[in-house]
Amino acid sequence: MISLTDVSYAYPDAEALTLEHVDLEVERGSIAGIVGASGAGKTTLAKIIAGFIPHADGGELSGTVRVDGRDLSTGSLVDAVSVVGLVIQNPFNQISGAKYTVREEIAFGLENFGTPRDEMQRRVDEVAALLRIEHLLDRSPYALSGGQQQLVAIASMIVLRTPVIVMDEPTAQLDPAGTRMVFDVLSALRETGITIVIFEHKLELLQQHADRLHVVADRSIVLSGAPDDVLADDRLAQWAVGTTRYVTAGRLARERGLLPPEVPLPVSFEQAERVFDRERSVR
Amino acid sequence: MSRADAEGVAPVANTAGADPVIVGMEVLIEDVRFSYPSGVEAVKGVSLSIRPGERVAIVGQNGAGKTTLVRQLNGIFRPTSGRVQVGDWITSEHTIAELATRVGYVFQNPDEQLFARTVRADVEFGPRNLGLDSAQVARRAETAIEAVGLSGVADLHPHHLSLSERKRVALAGVVAMGTPVVVLDEPTTGQDAAGVDMIAQVVAALTDAGRTVIAITHDMEFCAEHFDRVIVMAGGQVLVDGHPRDVFVRDAELDAAAVEPPQLTRLARALGWDDQPLSAEEFVGAFARRGAHS
Repeated sequence: MISLTDVSYAYPDAEALTLEHVDLEVERGSIAGIVGASGAGKTTLAKIIAGFIPHADGGELSGTVRVDGRDLSTGSLVDAVSVVGLVIQNPFNQISGAKYTVREEIAFGLENFGTPRDEMQRRVDEVAALLRIEHLLDRSPYALSGGQQQLVAIASMIVLRTPVIVMDEPTAQLDPAGTRMVFDVLSALRETGITIVIFEHKLELLQQHADRLHVVADRSIVLSGAPDDVLADDRLAQWAVGTTRYVTAGRLARERGLLPPEVPLPVSFEQAERVFDRERSVR
Repeated sequence: MSRADAEGVAPVANTAGADPVIVGMEVLIEDVRFSYPSGVEAVKGVSLSIRPGERVAIVGQNGAGKTTLVRQLNGIFRPTSGRVQVGDWITSEHTIAELATRVGYVFQNPDEQLFARTVRADVEFGPRNLGLDSAQVARRAETAIEAVGLSGVADLHPHHLSLSERKRVALAGVVAMGTPVVVLDEPTTGQDAAGVDMIAQVVAALTDAGRTVIAITHDMEFCAEHFDRVIVMAGGQVLVDGHPRDVFVRDAELDAAAVEPPQLTRLARALGWDDQPLSAEEFVGAFARRGAHS
């Protein structure tokens, strides 16, 4: 669904490349989690997958960016936005500024695509119910908390039903219940064939929901794999990427000779429960 | 961070002609209620006493009243009833500008507080307003910028920084103010592992120097590993208040506040251990006490 081949990019007037030789494959109807230290180039990568680079931000892009069969690096921004929805990091900046109510705000993109009015209303109601923000529909987008704005920003992308949704830290301002709800919604969208690329620091949730994880470091993607394999990888620390506390505890126990090296490092709660259960493990 | 760095962040000693920093002030919140003009009562009778140098985490769902409560401390909001005292000042008797010399506040969204053309100018703004001389201002800014790991970008416009870096600029600005009380609203959101470590070190340095840190957070790992008091809020009230080890076993209150204990605390509970490990180190220590793997 998404295929980046040997992609390199430099921002306008920048001397150095921000990303270099990036290869990325994301299957249709899957959730790809992207992790990496701040400043590693994650936001740049998000904009490339969404076609904002080079069409809005300019700069020098090389390699090929194919999304849903189209080459976004040569097409136009209009082509890109019909295929990919991008939820940016700061929801306040995502709000159009042109609308008085949350309902109008969520409908803004559909309006631009010329969606008939009754269908527009129906889809806004649907997505508002999905993200449990019906009670906010008549409020001003600016009179919301950061977390509420974040849900509105997500709603305004989901409502477009683009085949791909790219989200840059979409849950940063949400509480744990709100965060879990968003991940559940994303899992449900995946079941309908939508492809999701999510940039996140919440690793326990990525472990539970993502199909693949990709690590961005040193201006490139340095590791791709199943979440369990990536999160237990010894090199994460050297790329300044964290992992779950289960892995940290497992590694510490291994270092102290409390767990034999052949026991795989536990990545999830369930795995850790098995590994650290004395009653069951002592034979 | 070393002890020397901690003193650099907030010197304890006040020698003649030196940078004047007030440290150590008690915060008293007495039966505070607060209603928004819309009539919604967001804080419904909260009483707390916070000692100088405490590291206090306030947790709970969005809408629990956490932010509304801490905004009573620096006068952004005034209690509808009850009173708030910072040191010997009753907040209702002081202006926001006066309170800013005692309570530093780092907003959740840094873009609500950054405005200067460079990181350094932004961080220097607060101390300069305190009437410090330019050498003191420069030194405070330098130390604070270094503490948040932004020395390399000190002369850039904050606009060129990532959101997580801008958050740390806002933190440096408040650190440089040298206020006895520092309030952090969701300091770790969007931070990578190194950013969280850096913020934890700043919190430790502040409290080691006798300043009080009150942080609102959804990040239970950060809370368990770096704070010595957790206040759980729901519906505008305090449900539990205590050491993380005691708080994270109060299932009924945690459920009511939709707060999930940290990963390893949950794991130890599920394994039936009676310890309440708050970090990997404590968890592995508890595991070791249960006998070596055979």
